[in-house]
Amino acid sequence: MTEQNNDGIKLTPEQAKARRARNIALGLCIAGLCVLFFAVTIVRLGGAVLQRPM
Amino acid sequence: MSLVSGEQIDGGLRISSASPRDYFALLKPRVMSLVVLTALAGMMIEPVKVHPVVGFISLLAIAVGAGASGALNMWYDADIDAVMSRTSTRPIPSGRIQPGEALGFGLVLSAFSVATLGLVSNWLAAGLLAFTIFFYAVIYTMWLKRWTPQNIVIGGAAGALPPVVACAAVTGSVSLASLVLFAIIFIWTPPHFWALAIAKAGEYGRAGVPMMPNAKGEKRTRLEMLIYTILLAPLGVVPALLGQASIAYGVIAALSGLFMLRLAIKVWRAADAEAADRDCKKLFGYSILYLFLLFGVIVIENTIVTVLRVMG
Repeated sequence: MTEQNNDGIKLTPEQAKARRARNIALGLCIAGLCVLFFAVTIVRLGGAVLQRPM
Repeated sequence: MSLVSGEQIDGGLRISSASPRDYFALLKPRVMSLVVLTALAGMMIEPVKVHPVVGFISLLAIAVGAGASGALNMWYDADIDAVMSRTSTRPIPSGRIQPGEALGFGLVLSAFSVATLGLVSNWLAAGLLAFTIFFYAVIYTMWLKRWTPQNIVIGGAAGALPPVVACAAVTGSVSLASLVLFAIIFIWTPPHFWALAIAKAGEYGRAGVPMMPNAKGEKRTRLEMLIYTILLAPLGVVPALLGQASIAYGVIAALSGLFMLRLAIKVWRAADAEAADRDCKKLFGYSILYLFLLFGVIVIENTIVTVLRVMG
């Protein structure tokens, strides 16, 4: 690696705060989608979908 | 030496300072709230009942689809938004979000919302949602808006479709009642939007958008607003006449329709530009209340009926 690359990208406090907020929002959206898709699977296919022969 | 200079990385890339709120603003949340209400009314106006989870996810997909078309609109119209006071603080013209980011956001949400609606409810509803997004983003935004003063008349179909999409999501077909709700929003759009356009005619003119007031004149616009409101007032009562809403709804729709007609007559008869401007602002504000009232009553009375039925 060159010395130039070692310096990397330095985020300003504002950029770091905005990135953290975006990451949290994305995480919450993905978690919410998981809950919704789980709920709709149970509703559409019934609870028995979890009891499958091994 | 750092790769970053201010917010700009060598090679044109940029570190984003956009907050989640900026992305939410791309979805036009105020328009989305109206879409949620009208779609909910479209869902409830038919006697068919779906599981609440399926209904909720369908409604969410329709709302996100509407928001996605808003993001695509803001991506394409960033040049117009930048020169108008009402829209210059939007995320793209203010520089908080890059146009490409808004385009990607809009396209991903469009695909996600259509696929989710198709998988959760049915593909007729998903197809109608895809058509709504296409109509708003391509037919209205890219074509009609900069081409004809009838832009918001024809483009209003996109804003009027959510109840039809919602009805299709719960019934699997398009019913007469949902088409009546479509017609109410479609006929409501011109007097609602032109009231704002008269107040902002100069800005639309400078932005090169041929809105009715700056393309055909204020007098002609005020006359057409009156004609559309004359059609709208009785149309608002039709759900009650068809038996899809109660007599109470019919009375509220008739009275609030007459009040809107009164405001439209005041706008039409305004003595000078200043009076017309003032009356247009009143009509614009009231028109939003009118639509919320009509669809709100449909939602509330159907909720009461459902609760009473569940309680036995």
